[in-house]
Amino acid sequence: MGKMQLITKGFVKENPTFSLLLGMCPTLATTTSAINGLSMGLATLFVLVLSNMAISATAPYIPDKVRIPAYIVIIAAFVTILQLVMQAFTPDIYQTLGLFIPLIVVNCIVLGRAEAFANKNGVVDSACDGLGIGIGFTFALTLLGIVREMLGSGSAFGFKFISGDGILVFVLAPGAFLALAYLIVIFRKLTAAKGE
Amino acid sequence: MAIQSSFKNMTLCLFAVCIVSSALLAAVYAVTKEPIEAADHAKTISSIARVVPEFEGDPVSATVEVGGKEYSYYTVSKDGRPVGYAITSSSVGYGGPVVLMVGITSDRVVYNTVVLSQAETPGLGAKCVEPAFADQFKNLDPGQKKMAVKKDGGDIDAITASTITSRAYIKAVETAVAVYDVIVTGQDSGAVDAASGATLEADAPGEGTEENK
Repeated sequence: MGKMQLITKGFVKENPTFSLLLGMCPTLATTTSAINGLSMGLATLFVLVLSNMAISATAPYIPDKVRIPAYIVIIAAFVTILQLVMQAFTPDIYQTLGLFIPLIVVNCIVLGRAEAFANKNGVVDSACDGLGIGIGFTFALTLLGIVREMLGSGSAFGFKFISGDGILVFVLAPGAFLALAYLIVIFRKLTAAKGE
Repeated sequence: MAIQSSFKNMTLCLFAVCIVSSALLAAVYAVTKEPIEAADHAKTISSIARVVPEFEGDPVSATVEVGGKEYSYYTVSKDGRPVGYAITSSSVGYGGPVVLMVGITSDRVVYNTVVLSQAETPGLGAKCVEPAFADQFKNLDPGQKKMAVKKDGGDIDAITASTITSRAYIKAVETAVAVYDVIVTGQDSGAVDAASGATLEADAPGEGTEENK
């Protein structure tokens, strides 16, 4: 598989949110607005690329029986680095995402890519895979955030285009499920039409 | 592919992974420590500046114990005398604690309030940060107004469908006023109930800290 293909497959065919339905917890919880979805996606992208690279580089030296604890420590280290950096330089975003940043450690997308791809492939390929899946995740979260923010608050990326409130339920938890379900339907319809 | 899973290999491998990770974290921590503190400090200063009138120099931080609970506050001065106090107080709302910074001027008027943290329902209680509700506490004299929502016979318009949040907000402001009294008079009048953080009853007549049901 070419490098480009590795990156693009995460976008459509193996899109973690719309196709594989992985990492639903942060997906549903953080997408109350477009900017929150985008920042959560980028945070996961950052961890995904670095952990994929580190794991593919160290995998030959890690005994099989302790690979999961070793991967978790590696992922946790990158997440904590991200957390410290965000706290220092983007305190506002850090405050909104708060709890969900440390939870990237147990995000099944990150561990899933480590198990399914990074420990069997080279460093460069793993980086491309992480980048592809990460972009797919970011795209899905941003889209979901835009839809929920538009319907729920009548704005997009904080710019209000209707006065007053939107349909409140879309900002709350039930709206996350509704919006996600309809986006998956549309996504499936489009990819089915392309014969994928 | 991977090396043999013997006890020695597993121990050594996990040990190495942990050592490298900790070293990396220690390095990042050392680098980001100062920016994190600076960001926290900048946030506090900007909150203080929003809740008190114009001041000179740096706000002076201090704590005071009221009703067995410790409250932190900042004193701001102008021309060498204190012009206001920014008091951090909190009260339990619908989704967790509502933490406010309440600015009270030296003539015992609430200058402004700002929400430091809250976890109220988006679209309902979370509207307590918006001017429509929060501006009711601007230049509010607790001696003149009844500090309760209209439903409870007070003078404050509650947020629609969020009476619990509105009550919590008012309670936090009331607590701050009680803390202010302790700061200024230097003695605990017992106006704050430590367990709930609620203002029970005011000692002095005309103090306006009404009983909150």
